[in-house]
Amino acid sequence: MASSRDQILKAVKQNQPPVTELPVISDYAQPFTDVVQKYIDVLHAIGGQVHPVSSYPEISSILKSAFNGKSIFSSSLEIEEIIEKGINYKNAHAFADLELAVITSSLAVAENGAVWITEDMVQERVLPFIAQHLAFIIRADDIVPTMHEAYEQIGDADYGFGTFIAGPSKTADIEQSLVLGAHGPKSLLVFIIMSK
Amino acid sequence: MHKETAEHAVLAKKFNQDEQRVEWHDETLWWVREKRDKAARSLPEWEDLRETASKIKNNVLSNLSEYLLAFEEKALQNGIQVHWAIDADEHNRIVKDILQKHEVKQIVKSKSMLTEECHLNDYLQKAGVDVIDTDLGERIVQLAGEPPSHIVLPCIHKKKEEIGELFHVHLGTPAGNADPDFLTAAARLHLREKFLTRKIAITGVNFAVAETGEFVVCTNEGNADMGAHLADVHIACMGIEKIIPQRKHLGVFLRLLTRSATGQPITTYSSHFKKPRSGQEIHLVLVDNGRSRQLGREDFRNSLKCIRCGACMNTCPVYRRSGGHSYHTAIAGPIGSILAPNLDMKEYADLPFASTLCGSCTNVCPVKIDIHNQLYKWRQVLVKEGYTPLAKTMSMQGMAFTLANPTLYKMAGKTGKWFMKKTPFLLNNNLNPWYQQREMPEPPKESFHDWYKKNRNLQNGE
Repeated sequence: MASSRDQILKAVKQNQPPVTELPVISDYAQPFTDVVQKYIDVLHAIGGQVHPVSSYPEISSILKSAFNGKSIFSSSLEIEEIIEKGINYKNAHAFADLELAVITSSLAVAENGAVWITEDMVQERVLPFIAQHLAFIIRADDIVPTMHEAYEQIGDADYGFGTFIAGPSKTADIEQSLVLGAHGPKSLLVFIIMSK
Repeated sequence: MHKETAEHAVLAKKFNQDEQRVEWHDETLWWVREKRDKAARSLPEWEDLRETASKIKNNVLSNLSEYLLAFEEKALQNGIQVHWAIDADEHNRIVKDILQKHEVKQIVKSKSMLTEECHLNDYLQKAGVDVIDTDLGERIVQLAGEPPSHIVLPCIHKKKEEIGELFHVHLGTPAGNADPDFLTAAARLHLREKFLTRKIAITGVNFAVAETGEFVVCTNEGNADMGAHLADVHIACMGIEKIIPQRKHLGVFLRLLTRSATGQPITTYSSHFKKPRSGQEIHLVLVDNGRSRQLGREDFRNSLKCIRCGACMNTCPVYRRSGGHSYHTAIAGPIGSILAPNLDMKEYADLPFASTLCGSCTNVCPVKIDIHNQLYKWRQVLVKEGYTPLAKTMSMQGMAFTLANPTLYKMAGKTGKWFMKKTPFLLNNNLNPWYQQREMPEPPKESFHDWYKKNRNLQNGE
C-alpha cells in the first residue's frame, strides 16, 4: 500500500484546479509621513512604552532606576554595566526568575509596533517570552513603515528562529477585558536611539 | 437515513433561554467586528491586500502538491521531522507515538483548531496522557469540560463570574473573585509551572512557507512560544492548506490576519520556526483529513483559503445570537458551516441552513471566500443527497408545487389569511418555531392580487 504521504500528494494533485498565477504584491504608497512618530503612537496603543534616547548610557540609567536590584539579562555589551553578574544562565529554564531581558534589534515596524528578533540576538529562544519584563533597543533609522518593507529587509536570511514582538504579552479572553501579562512579559519598553 | 432534528436550531434554542446572555454575546462580538472595521479602514490598500491574499491562496490551491513537496524538502533540510496523516486517526496516532517514544505522559498544548477537529485531547486523555491547554480561553473551557465556542475567542460564551467559579474549584482562587486581572494572574502562575515542567509541547501552525520550510505561529499571550522553547520536543500540527509560497507573502497575511480577527495591527507574537534549537526536536504533522476531497469540489474548494481569523463569526447575525456551541463542530460560524459538510454530510447537514445568507461573512473575509454562496450551494447538495430533514424537504416540495400552480396559490393565500385572522393562536404558539421570539404580523385585509384586480377595474372602467 502506498504511504499516506503518497496517497495525500496523489489526491491533491488529482483534485487541484489548473494553475493560476501568483500575484505581484503592489508597491503601496506610504500612508504616513513620520515613520518614527507612527511607531511611537502604535506602540502606545498596544500597551508598550517608548523612550526616545540619544545614547546607551541614557538607557542604562533609565533601566537602573526602574529595575533597581532586580535581575537583568542582556547580550548587548553597550549596557553591560547594568547586567546582573554571576548568574549562570546555563539553559532555557534558568531564565524562569528573570525580571528583565534587554534585546538590541535592527528592525522594527511602524504600522504595528513590532520588533523583529532572531535567535542569534538572544542566548535562548525563550528569553523574550519568559522574562517578567522586556526591553528592546532599536535605532530610529531601523524602523520601516510596513510588514512589506520588513520582509524585504529580512530577505532570505537563514535563522533558526525569528519572531515579531509587538507590545507586552496580553489576553482578552475573560469577557474581552484586556489584561497585560498573560504568559510572557507584563510590560514592554522600547528605547529608540534617535538619529543625530 | 433522515436526521430527525435540525441540531443547530435545537442547540441555539438552548442558548437563547438566557436572553441577557444572548444580548451580551451579540453586542460583544459586534464590538469586535467594529474594531475590525476601524483597523481595515485605516489602511487605504485594504481591498488590494484582500485581493492579493485571495490570489495568493488561489495559486496555493492550484499548485498545492508541488508546494507541499517543496515545503517538505526544505523542512527536512532544516532538521524538522515531517509526518503525513491522511485523517484524524492517523494524526492522533502519530502524536501519541512521538509521546510514547519519549515516554512522556504530560504535555502542554497551545491553540490549534486542527487538533480540535481531530479530537486529539480526548484521544490522548484516553491513552492516559495529561493535556494542558495553555491559551487562557482554551484552558477555561477545558476546565469547564467544554469545547471552544469561537476559533479566536474560545470562551466568549462565558461570563467572568463563571470563570471565577471554575478557577475557585480548579485552581483554588478565592470564591467570588471574578476580576479579569486577578484571574489572568492566577492562570499565569498555574500555567508557568506547566511550561517549566512539560517535556513536549504541541502547537498549531498559522502559515507554512514552501520556499523556506519554516512555519509561523501567532499568539497574543506567548503561550505557543513558552511551550515550544521550554520543551525538548515541539510537535506542530497543520492542515495541508496552510502552505504559502514565499516568505514575503507573510507580509500580506500578517497584515490582514489580526486586523480581521480583533482589530489589532498584528498579534503580539508572530514566531517563525525554521530549525529546532540545539538538542531539541521539531515534528511537523501535515494533515489531510478531507482537505484533498474538498479541493476536488469546484464549488467549495476555496473554503480551503481560510486563515482562521474568525471575522465571519463576529459579523454573523446567526452566530452572534446562537453561540458557537450550537454549530456542534470544531469550527463554528459561517466558515465552519461550509467546511463541516465536507467532513460528514449527514452529521452536519443542518449547518448550511443556519444562516440568513445575508452575505456579511463574504464581505469581511480577508481572503475573499464567497462563504454565503457556498452555504447556498451546500443546501442544494444536501437536499439532492437526501441529508435534509424530511419535514423541511416535504414543506419545500409542497411550496414548490403551490407556487407553480396559480389556482392553488390563490386558494392557499386566502386560506392562510383566514386562519391568521380567525385563529392567530394556531400560528402564534410554541409549535411554530418561527414565532417563538416574534410577534405575528397583522394579516393584510386583502391580497395584492385582489387589490390589483379591483384597482385595475377602477382605472379601466371609470
